[in-house]
Amino acid sequence: MRQLITFIRKEFLHVFRDRKTLLMLFGLPIAQIVLFGFALSNEIKNSHIAVVDYSKDAVTTKLISKISGSPYFNIQRSLAGAEELNAAFKKGNIKMAVIFPAGFGDDLIHTGKATMQVIADASDPNQATTITNYLTNIVNDFNSDLAQDASQPMQIEPEVQMMYNPELRGAPNFVPGVMALVLMLVCTMMTSVAIVREKELGTMEILLVSPFKPIYIIISKLAPNLLISVVNLIIILVLSDIFLDLPVKGSLLLLVTGTVLFIMTSLSIGLLLSISAKTQQAAMMGSLMGMMLPTMLLTGFLFPIENMPVALQVLSNLVPSRWYFIIIKRVMLKGLGFESVWREMLILTGMCVLLFTISLRQFKIRLQ
Amino acid sequence: MITLDNITKTYNKGTVLAVKDISFEVKPGELFGLIGPDGAGKTTLFRILTTLLLADKGRAMVNGFDVVKDYTKIRNSVGYMPGRFSLYQDLTIEENLHFFATVFGTTIKENYALIKDIYQQIEPFKDRRAGKLSGGMKQKLALCCALIHKPAVLFLDEPTTGVDVVSRKEFWEMLARLKAEGITILVSTPYMDEAKLCDRIALIQKGTILSVDNPADIVQSFPGDLYAVQAANTHLLLREARAYEGTETCFAFGDALHVTFRSGVADGLLAHLKTRGLDDATMEKITPGIEDCFIHLLKN
Repeated sequence: MRQLITFIRKEFLHVFRDRKTLLMLFGLPIAQIVLFGFALSNEIKNSHIAVVDYSKDAVTTKLISKISGSPYFNIQRSLAGAEELNAAFKKGNIKMAVIFPAGFGDDLIHTGKATMQVIADASDPNQATTITNYLTNIVNDFNSDLAQDASQPMQIEPEVQMMYNPELRGAPNFVPGVMALVLMLVCTMMTSVAIVREKELGTMEILLVSPFKPIYIIISKLAPNLLISVVNLIIILVLSDIFLDLPVKGSLLLLVTGTVLFIMTSLSIGLLLSISAKTQQAAMMGSLMGMMLPTMLLTGFLFPIENMPVALQVLSNLVPSRWYFIIIKRVMLKGLGFESVWREMLILTGMCVLLFTISLRQFKIRLQ
Repeated sequence: MITLDNITKTYNKGTVLAVKDISFEVKPGELFGLIGPDGAGKTTLFRILTTLLLADKGRAMVNGFDVVKDYTKIRNSVGYMPGRFSLYQDLTIEENLHFFATVFGTTIKENYALIKDIYQQIEPFKDRRAGKLSGGMKQKLALCCALIHKPAVLFLDEPTTGVDVVSRKEFWEMLARLKAEGITILVSTPYMDEAKLCDRIALIQKGTILSVDNPADIVQSFPGDLYAVQAANTHLLLREARAYEGTETCFAFGDALHVTFRSGVADGLLAHLKTRGLDDATMEKITPGIEDCFIHLLKN
């Protein structure tokens, strides 16, 4: 036991004395999250929008002038019909369109309720969310004005539609993506490099010719990376809460459990890589090419998996981050419980156990 | 203490022969030298004996244990210092020593007496990182780390390669002291002048053993007389000495030539050299060194 603790201490010394790598390990997630945070928090002013008014009554005129009076919007044109909208969106002239159906004012006065349509260009999901929120605020404002004047309750409901990217893939996808990527990178690359470094240095020879058991070597190599990854997880969660307004909606314990499962799986992959890699460079390239790319492409945060060719969809099942991505999205963003992620967790557990067993068996007790 | 019995090892699926039919024995408490040039197979033998490599053929025993079957027992009882400096460059002297002491299940305190003489020389720098040490200090630290668990057998693979002359001398003095402690030592070196410091040596070349004996007997076995010939113009001297009909072997050793002659024609060389303009040539009979024997064995 004392041997193991000393060994783990030594591994931490390696990590802390390599300042450059340390900076990269913690700087990477922070930089990504903060950069993205700023991109999000940018206030959007003078967005060009189009208005189609089929009703042309007192209410719509009043509301339109309220919208155009706000500093956020700049009514580019008042179109005659919805047919022209598509062309305008495609040209990129307008970011959003507001459509009042015929009889809007009558509906409002007689039924106390009217629906307006809001269509936003969601190819830039952050901007689309922001400007539709602005518009909804203006309409809510208008509603309370109405409520003060009128004797009966009147309510205008904006019906928001996102064009081109209805699921608004963006911030909520980005954070789980960064988490999967960073954890995969740290765990896989650092682990494989740490073991290969001992081989390159020649210290592995001495370690092998010692009473120290191979399993201890493996555990000691994994320990610092596990800790670094957990710290990284905390940093990402705190930053995304502060900067991106993305708090953990579900159980934190469940999220951490899922993350640790994913970390262990990534560590096992790193271990497996280190066994076949002869140089640190090879280990690095192996983790970059072998793990980073599949993680980025087949996880589903850059490209939706359901849109991929069947072969790639099948292949994506083998990528651990794909399952982890689902767990974070459900637990962190949607606040769902264990019953909705147990399958993914089971898959990760299976992968972890399988990979760890293989690498343990493959671990060479002699030189090649 | 160490026995090798027809050990053969090849690399790359049998295409590259590393060592062939190696057999020798190292007795308990002996300081045994494995002498040979780079690529002779010394490191391969060390790795087989330290259970890091499996031989293709043959058997080897260390400290009474089979290197294949009882490899864990051997790993518990030997000290190994690989050819390259193999300590953690980013850890300090003290941290390296403490780490290896713990890995081997002991403490610095427990066996301090054994390493004291060596460690005291590097102790003033104990907070310096190993990567920043000089070659000689690195080797002393590596020796300390290999010794800290008081091994029964010590394997030192080229411990003095790349080390300055003074440190080399000190290093061999340390080995003599360790031998006095009763530790069996197998050491390899490409330096022939270190051979005479061993109890017995094995001369190895291209994966085969040329001779195993104590240094004095190996020198004794040198047939005939050996002469050192010197002159200011060494180029001309080498050419002419080789051209001389009575010369059997002729090799440059520093600024002199070591020459052996076919029976009884030694006297003619100086006269021959004088006719070629080497008036300052001198010749004297010398005792052969290990290197002379090595070259002689290679010729046969």
